[in-house]
Amino acid sequence: MSTAELLSTQEYKYGFVTDIESDMIPRGLTEDTIRLIVEKKNEPEWMLEFRLKAFRHWLTMTEPKHWPNITYPDIDYQNIIYYSAPKQKATKASLDEVDPELLRTFEKLGIPLTEQKQLAGVAVDAVFDSVSVATTYKEKLKKHGVIFCSFTEAIRDYPELVKKYLGSVVPTNDNFFAALNSAVFSDGSFCFIPKGVRCPMELSTYFRINNSESGQFERTLIVAEEGSYVSYLEGCTAPKFDRNQLHAAVVELVALDDAQIKYSTVQNWYAGDEQGVGGIYNFVTKRGKCAGKNSKISWTQVETGSAITWKYPSCILQGDNSIGEFYSVALTNHAQQADTGTKMIHLGKNTRSTIISKGIAAGRSNNSYRGLVKVMPKAEGARNYTQCDSMLIGSSCGANTFPYIEVMNHSSSVEHEASTSKISEEQLFYLQQRGISQEDAVSLIINGFCKDVFLQLPMEFAVEATRLLGLKLEGSVG
Amino acid sequence: MVTEIAKTENNYQAAFRAVRASSPTVPWLELVRGSAMERFEQLGFPAVHNEEWKYTNLAPLAKQEFVPATRPAGVVIDAERFVFPETATAHLVVVNGFFSEELSVKTGLENVIAIDLLSAVADARYNKVARSYLARNAGYHNNGLSALNTAFLQSGVFLWIPRNVKVETPIQVTFLADAGRADSAAFPRLLVVAEENSSATLIENFVSTHDQQYFTNAVAEIVIKDGARLEHYRMQRESSKAFHTSITSAELGRNSSYDTTSINLGGRLSRHDISVVLDHEGAECWVDGLYLAGSDQHTDTHSVIDHQQPHCNSHQLYKGILDGNARAVFNGKIFVREGAQKTDAMQTNKNLLLSPQARVDTKPQLEIYADDVKCAHGAAVGQLDQEELFYLQARGINPELGRSLLTYGFAEEVIEKIKIDSIRAQLDEVVLRQLNTQLE
Repeated sequence: MSTAELLSTQEYKYGFVTDIESDMIPRGLTEDTIRLIVEKKNEPEWMLEFRLKAFRHWLTMTEPKHWPNITYPDIDYQNIIYYSAPKQKATKASLDEVDPELLRTFEKLGIPLTEQKQLAGVAVDAVFDSVSVATTYKEKLKKHGVIFCSFTEAIRDYPELVKKYLGSVVPTNDNFFAALNSAVFSDGSFCFIPKGVRCPMELSTYFRINNSESGQFERTLIVAEEGSYVSYLEGCTAPKFDRNQLHAAVVELVALDDAQIKYSTVQNWYAGDEQGVGGIYNFVTKRGKCAGKNSKISWTQVETGSAITWKYPSCILQGDNSIGEFYSVALTNHAQQADTGTKMIHLGKNTRSTIISKGIAAGRSNNSYRGLVKVMPKAEGARNYTQCDSMLIGSSCGANTFPYIEVMNHSSSVEHEASTSKISEEQLFYLQQRGISQEDAVSLIINGFCKDVFLQLPMEFAVEATRLLGLKLEGSVG
Repeated sequence: MVTEIAKTENNYQAAFRAVRASSPTVPWLELVRGSAMERFEQLGFPAVHNEEWKYTNLAPLAKQEFVPATRPAGVVIDAERFVFPETATAHLVVVNGFFSEELSVKTGLENVIAIDLLSAVADARYNKVARSYLARNAGYHNNGLSALNTAFLQSGVFLWIPRNVKVETPIQVTFLADAGRADSAAFPRLLVVAEENSSATLIENFVSTHDQQYFTNAVAEIVIKDGARLEHYRMQRESSKAFHTSITSAELGRNSSYDTTSINLGGRLSRHDISVVLDHEGAECWVDGLYLAGSDQHTDTHSVIDHQQPHCNSHQLYKGILDGNARAVFNGKIFVREGAQKTDAMQTNKNLLLSPQARVDTKPQLEIYADDVKCAHGAAVGQLDQEELFYLQARGINPELGRSLLTYGFAEEVIEKIKIDSIRAQLDEVVLRQLNTQLE
């Protein structure tokens, strides 16, 4: 194998559309749209204020089109449907009342929601277009004091908690897409782990976009009180449409003293076809605040989908001795573009951060790591270790590294390493010589390249991620 | 701030008109200068919202009313003390940007053309070469500082090393700031053309005779043709109140080699933009540097290594030692263009912070569009290793001396590759002296 050439990839198997009646609001975005969303969701006055404040600020902001290493045609924000919900009974006492068509959809995606089939050990909040349709294991979690529900329910049932933490990590005016999300977010997951509780099972949210005209704007808020622990998983898919769709989510994590949050994502939004037609614009703001001493937030992401990925899961290391981690695999093929990375802001003493990023670019895609490590003057003894490796498959793709390192404290230590390489022909030859097909050999090598990140994923996700990488790259080496 | 910048521009505009009226050059150059001035008027000094200037604020420079220096008449300067013994028969002196024939010694340069850049542009024997490379690699269309330098291009050094000539004696070009008055601005310019299979060693030495505030805005363009080799040392030892901005642009021919080491010691605010374009197969470059900054110094290095063709190698090592309230910026870009297969590019930036107020912003950057390449970069910021210190102390070396030794050792990695003894010796002395003053 001398040069890599691109053949066809495996069909995107989540590309089907569920035929279901939707309750949609008209296209466009004005203050009235926001009032309509608030009305539909029956939200209190303070939510309306929160949204309007964000919206008014959003109007003054400009889209960040210049600094990221991505290009896309202008988005017409007035041509998006900001709220789309599958029509179903107003209240669902149990899962039996959820539209069977929806249950079938999630089952097809590998996320069974019915009681007898539920995934053991994982509680799932299933979000379909703009709303959460079901949350499993709610009662069991409640016994441990863990709150896990849709955002809509959280606003209704736990307004004080939501009020206290919503926007505390990502303020409404943080950036263009976060402001837009704050104005129009429709649903999402809320999760609260009380003091000293180790969440007995993995929590997860599965996001599904179904409607071709709508955007998805969901919001996740996870609060881990003193000494608690939670592991949270996020998965996403969308049908194949030949037009681009916007997904602008906000995720906020708060870890108090000695708390730990582990957040894992396997992102497999529809990436568009080989020519780059269609696909999701994944413009997401994710940030965690290690507010307490000895707290820890760990991000793990496997980014394989989306036409464009623009996300920088970050950690604000405020509490002394707090730890931030970022483990990422970003794979781009065909015409995909990814500009992703992290920010580690060291504020507290002896704060530590680790960044491991693996970028794989194939086809005509463009894969950029962009990261910031900032050590503030008071962050004595702060440490960071960063490793960014890129692999290029084919000669028409690009791999870029843009690490910003800003150190204002002399007792800190920051290390950054990056490398770029290709799949070694010797390794391939060695494997093929032993009867392993070329495809399998490539897959093995790629998995080895990503091992440091996959090791961080919970078991089921690691298996899924390994399989996904194999699928996505199928035919790209030849 | 806008008005302040505008005021300074007017200041330069006035000086530009005066120079133009009093001492016109050749028409070709007048055109270049005119369009460069126009460009500077549009661009002005780079501002912090420009990503390339994110960490270096030129506002204090922009608001100062610097007066462009004029050709010194009958100067008596002791330039000897800035000459390294190795270059006794081959040193060129430039005072406030103007080449001084009287102060220069060219006896060891018989096979080389070393003349005033202005004469080269005018002289029929050299103008073809001079005109084809002047303002080519250090273009002024997107860079305000380059535009300003080009607008005030009235002299400088033209160094032409003919084909197959191997120059044994290292050639020194001393850029001397010798302002008759404070707040003067100089625009030194250097054009080096090393023809096929030639080889030479070049030393650029930026020094001053006084300790006043002034502004040096230098541009050096270096052309290394097929099979040629150039060893290049760049010493920046401006006064502690000086503003120093400079651009070094090199283009490399097939199988050529360029080995450059930049030592940045002086200046209140210094910025060096170095770019190397590898646009022919088989070219190789070493782009190394050392920056030492203390008290309130601000030093900034931006480098671009542009791999445009296959089979080129680049190696880069930059080290920095920061003390006091000093601040250092390093930005290293490596581009590997589509088709530039078999590239091997390596970049390292290491910084030592000796004081609590020192600050470093570093950004090593890779942009790669070819798959069969080996690229790596690393950056580190830290302090002296406690275990190494302990090791030394355990052997009876007191902590101050131990710290000094380790810091010296850190710098030595860059210094030891310098092949000219007197530079290395002087640098050793400078580093040790700087360390001692820091320790006191």
